[in-house]
Amino acid sequence: MSDAAFRVCIIHLHRGKSEIVTFGDKNKHIGGSGLAAALFEQFGLPGEPWSHPDQPLIFAIGCLTGYFPLMSKTVAGFKSPYHDQYAESHAGGRLALAMRFAGYDAIVLRGRARLPVAVHIGSRIIETKDANYLWGANVFTAGRVIRRAFPSGSGHRSILRIGPAGETLSAYACINVDTFRHFGRLGSGSVMGVKNVKAIVVSGDGDMELPGTDSKVYGKLFKKVYKDMTATEMMSKYHDLGTPVNIAPLNALKSLPIRNLQQTSDPDAEGLSGEKFGADLLIRNAACSGCPVGCIHVGMLREQFQDEHRFQIRQVSYDFETIFSLGSMVGLMDASSALALMDEVEKQGLDAMSTGVALAWATEAFQKGLLSMEQVEYDLAFGNLQAYKEAVWCLGHAKNEFYRDLAQGSMHAAGKYGGEDFACVLGQEMAGYATGETFFASQSLSFRHSHLDTGAYGYDQKHHDKNPDKAVAFMVEDERERVLLTSLVACLFARGVYKKELLAECLACVGLPDLAANMDQASEDMQRLRWRTRLATGFEPEKSRVPKRFLEVETWAGNMEPAYLDAVRQGYIKVIRELGAPAETRQE
Amino acid sequence: MKILRATRMDRCIGCHSCSLACARLVHKKFSWLASGIRIRSSGGLTTGFEARLCLACEPAACALACPTGAFSQRKGGGVIVKMRQCIRCGLCAEACPVDAVYLDQAGQPHVCIHCGQCVEFCPHDCLELREKPEHVCVGGTCDV
Repeated sequence: MSDAAFRVCIIHLHRGKSEIVTFGDKNKHIGGSGLAAALFEQFGLPGEPWSHPDQPLIFAIGCLTGYFPLMSKTVAGFKSPYHDQYAESHAGGRLALAMRFAGYDAIVLRGRARLPVAVHIGSRIIETKDANYLWGANVFTAGRVIRRAFPSGSGHRSILRIGPAGETLSAYACINVDTFRHFGRLGSGSVMGVKNVKAIVVSGDGDMELPGTDSKVYGKLFKKVYKDMTATEMMSKYHDLGTPVNIAPLNALKSLPIRNLQQTSDPDAEGLSGEKFGADLLIRNAACSGCPVGCIHVGMLREQFQDEHRFQIRQVSYDFETIFSLGSMVGLMDASSALALMDEVEKQGLDAMSTGVALAWATEAFQKGLLSMEQVEYDLAFGNLQAYKEAVWCLGHAKNEFYRDLAQGSMHAAGKYGGEDFACVLGQEMAGYATGETFFASQSLSFRHSHLDTGAYGYDQKHHDKNPDKAVAFMVEDERERVLLTSLVACLFARGVYKKELLAECLACVGLPDLAANMDQASEDMQRLRWRTRLATGFEPEKSRVPKRFLEVETWAGNMEPAYLDAVRQGYIKVIRELGAPAETRQE
Repeated sequence: MKILRATRMDRCIGCHSCSLACARLVHKKFSWLASGIRIRSSGGLTTGFEARLCLACEPAACALACPTGAFSQRKGGGVIVKMRQCIRCGLCAEACPVDAVYLDQAGQPHVCIHCGQCVEFCPHDCLELREKPEHVCVGGTCDV
């Protein structure tokens, strides 16, 4: 095994032992997305269900993690409870640097603990502690107790935990990372839950030598990247109002999903704008470790709980996606109400986007008489904050048959209760961009069913020629470039700064000149490996659908063109099949 | 002689850029711990951050405790470090009243030398290099 191999910590939960192995090749797998897929190829069971005890839960960082600004994210790889196929989810927080300084490029959880545990991993410690007493605790309580149970290392460790949703095995339970960040989408929280792991603590308690051979060259390059990230206009959007700045322009473009996508624009959306949050609720910013941009926006939720001026305050992080899903999508058109619902979703450990979109579907289904009061228990109506807060608790706890079904996904529930036409599902619950056909095609088919797989929402806004071949070519190339970034692992907000030339310079500087010279091929290979893995675990892109509601959307550019949407999807399906073809077939 | 102060930690976002810069530029390490300034959360991310760094005592307890010339008194507060003299005894870290000396895994001490190289890497201007007003500082630290 060469120096370019990754160092991986494998925890065998069922027998309380771990092993440290060298695995793969940085020049080939890069790290992050590529490394996670390679580890799944090695340890995953494609034909077994996601809940099989031997399925791995993988966390992977990349070969530039921590060495340069915004190389600050971690990729989780797992078989998803949402679709029972291989999936990825990405999170920031302190995890990436904590893993780097603990000395592991990846952590793999295998097996299932007999009783709930908390796992602690550091450079010189690997232990599991009983956490049976924490089962049932919400995300905030779990965080507080775990901080006390593992008292050392404050500031230089990362704490991952699940809430009730991960314990009741919701298809969209998240893993909370350091309070404000998440492995949000596709149900990684339930993969922890099914393994009986309530929390994971990663202590970044080691120190390392500087990368490369010349500390001056490294220091100079770091400074250059740092200046680009902080002093230029490119990052100001994330630094200033943050992603919520998109609410007003998308509303103006009739592209903001509102009230279960029955509308795409509403004058009341002004109450949810980034400007409104910034003026009324923003109290501070926070950052992922290793990122000077500080894009985490924290709002103050002030709630009166008793007469005579008795208030409680909480700090709740907000982003565009949570404002869309737990604000406009459910008709909560004021910032404080949206923030209050975000807080409830955090406690339960649910994915904010899927939860909001699922509740929006349930609201319309209830209005249309497909669901009874007995089933929903609370008066689900657009704008009814109290009912939604109760419903979120019911979702997290899988309280009755209906909420158990809804916790498996909107389309799953619609398949049983009706209303499939207006379930806003594109592979999973939609992201907040009703920008047009290209985005709908992209999210319905893309690898993570995420708005971040490709820049299709931007493409819809910039290109109006409705040329399916061009759209497909854009998506595939954009995906390949993003695979490189999510393998290194960079925050995708830095994609405007981390162009290929700069990445090559960074890779050469840390002693990976071969990868620097071969980035395009390596990222294409990892793009193919990811698709092969996804297809091997059962993805059939031909069976994906775009529900009718999406075709009824009218944006600033007009009505949807079903023929164009279909052509883009067919073109993308063809490429996915080609990218995901078995390696030996392709070589022939 | 100027000293480093973390005077505006209420603004800190917890990015660790200062620690990484100190480790990289002063201590020649890739670390967020082997650094003259370390950032901790004061009990979860919602409670904010605090900086662990040398408060520039005069006389410095760490220098008094050092059995060799590795740590000696710096004029104006703090210490001058000569690592070749260090025998890895750890007495400096033990003596520091504010836990400002970090011992790495090999037992090597890392402490702030008040050079100010971290200041430009703080995106929120939490840090500053400034004169220590002598009239309030003789015999100890001061709140500047």
